[in-house]
Amino acid sequence: MAGSDTAAPPAASAAAPDTVKILIAGGFGVGKTTMVGAVSEITPLRTEEPLTVAGLDVDDLKGIEEKRATTVALDFGRITIGDDLVLYLFGTPGQQRFWFMWNDLAIGALGAVVLIDVRRPESSFAAVDFFERRGIPFVVAVNGFHGVHPYPTEEIRESLALPESVPVVLCDARERASCRDVLIALIDRLIDEFTLRSASPG
Amino acid sequence: MSVPPYAPTAGEVSGGDEAGRLVRPFALTGGRTRPSRADFTLITTVTAVDPPPERTAWPQPEHGRILRLCARPVAVAELAAHLDLPVSVVVIMLCDLLEAGLITARPPRSVTGAHDLDLDLLQKVRDGLGRI
Ligand SMILES: Nc1nc2c(ncn2[C@@H]2O[C@H](COP(=O)(O)OP(=O)(O)OP(=O)(O)O)[C@@H](O)[C@H]2O)c(=O)[nH]1
Ligand SMILES: [Mg+2]
Repeated sequence: MAGSDTAAPPAASAAAPDTVKILIAGGFGVGKTTMVGAVSEITPLRTEEPLTVAGLDVDDLKGIEEKRATTVALDFGRITIGDDLVLYLFGTPGQQRFWFMWNDLAIGALGAVVLIDVRRPESSFAAVDFFERRGIPFVVAVNGFHGVHPYPTEEIRESLALPESVPVVLCDARERASCRDVLIALIDRLIDEFTLRSASPG
Repeated sequence: MSVPPYAPTAGEVSGGDEAGRLVRPFALTGGRTRPSRADFTLITTVTAVDPPPERTAWPQPEHGRILRLCARPVAVAELAAHLDLPVSVVVIMLCDLLEAGLITARPPRSVTGAHDLDLDLLQKVRDGLGRI
C-alpha cells in the first residue's frame, strides 16, 4: 500500500544530517531561553502550538480557562556539530501548567540541563523530579543572576538531595562559554555512564 | 519510528456493507493514505526531492513554501518557526508532501536506551561543543 513506506526513504535523504537534542528545563523564568540563545548559532526560534491539538489529556488542560487564546511556546536553538550531525536545544515551557509537553519533548533527548535560579532554587525542584523519575540523564546548572554565586555547588547539591552522579555546575545563562561548559558537563556525564555500563555488562 | 498508516474501520470502508471490500478503502479519505504524524518529530529532517516532479497547483500555498524552505535539509521545528505555523499544522502538510513523493524525511538519531547511544556520537558532540 502506498502509505507503508513512509519512514526515511534512504536515497534522497543521504545529505540530511543526523539530529540529536538536549532539553533546557527548569522553573518559570530561570533563564532557559537566555541559555538557548547564548549557545545557539541562530537566533532562538519559536513555535507556538494552540492548546486544542488532538492527543492532549483532558486532565492536562485543567486550570486553563482561556482556551481560545492559549498557546504553548517552544523556543529552540541549533548547534551544528559537523556536516552530518546537528544538535538542537529545546527550552521547555516554564509554566507548570504546560509541563505535560515535557513528556513529548523528552522522548529521544540525549539528556537535559535543569537550570536553577540561584535566588529561588525551589522553582526548579519539580524539574529535577521530572528527569530523575524518568531516568533521563541531567545536569543541574545554577544560573547566578547578576553573575553572583553565593552558594558552593556542594550546598546546592545537598539542598536538592542530588546523588554524586548528577553534576552541579555554576553558570551564567547569558554567557556562551559558560553555557557551552554546562552542555559539555552533560555530555561528559553521558560518556561516564556509557563507560561504566560497558565496563560492567549486565 | 514508523507507525502503520491510517487504516479505516470496516464502517468507513463501505458504510457497513460487507460487499464494500471491493471499495478502495482510501477513496473515503480523498484517495490518500495518511503517513503517520509520528513520522515527523520536531527534529526529523525533511528534504525536498531534487529535481521536483512537475507540479503547478497546491492545496495550500504553504505546501509550495515548505518545498522551497526544505530545498536543503531542515528540521520540522525550524520549518514551523520559519512558516510561523504550529508544528501540528506543518506536520499535516508534510504528510501530504511525503505522500506525494515530494519530500523525504530522516528520523532523528535514536538515543533511547543504552544500546542506541554510542561513544562515537557522544565524543563527536563533545568535540563539536568544544569548538564553539
Ligand atoms: N541578570 C540576569 N538576567 C537574566 C539571566 N538569565 C536570564 N535573565 C533574564 O531573566 C528573564 C527571564 O529569562 P528567560 O531566559 O526568558 O527565562 P525562561 O526560563 O526562558 O522563562 P520562561 O520560558 O518564561 O519560563 C529575562 O528577562 C532574562 O533577560 C542572568 O543570568 N542574569
Ligand atoms: Mg523561555
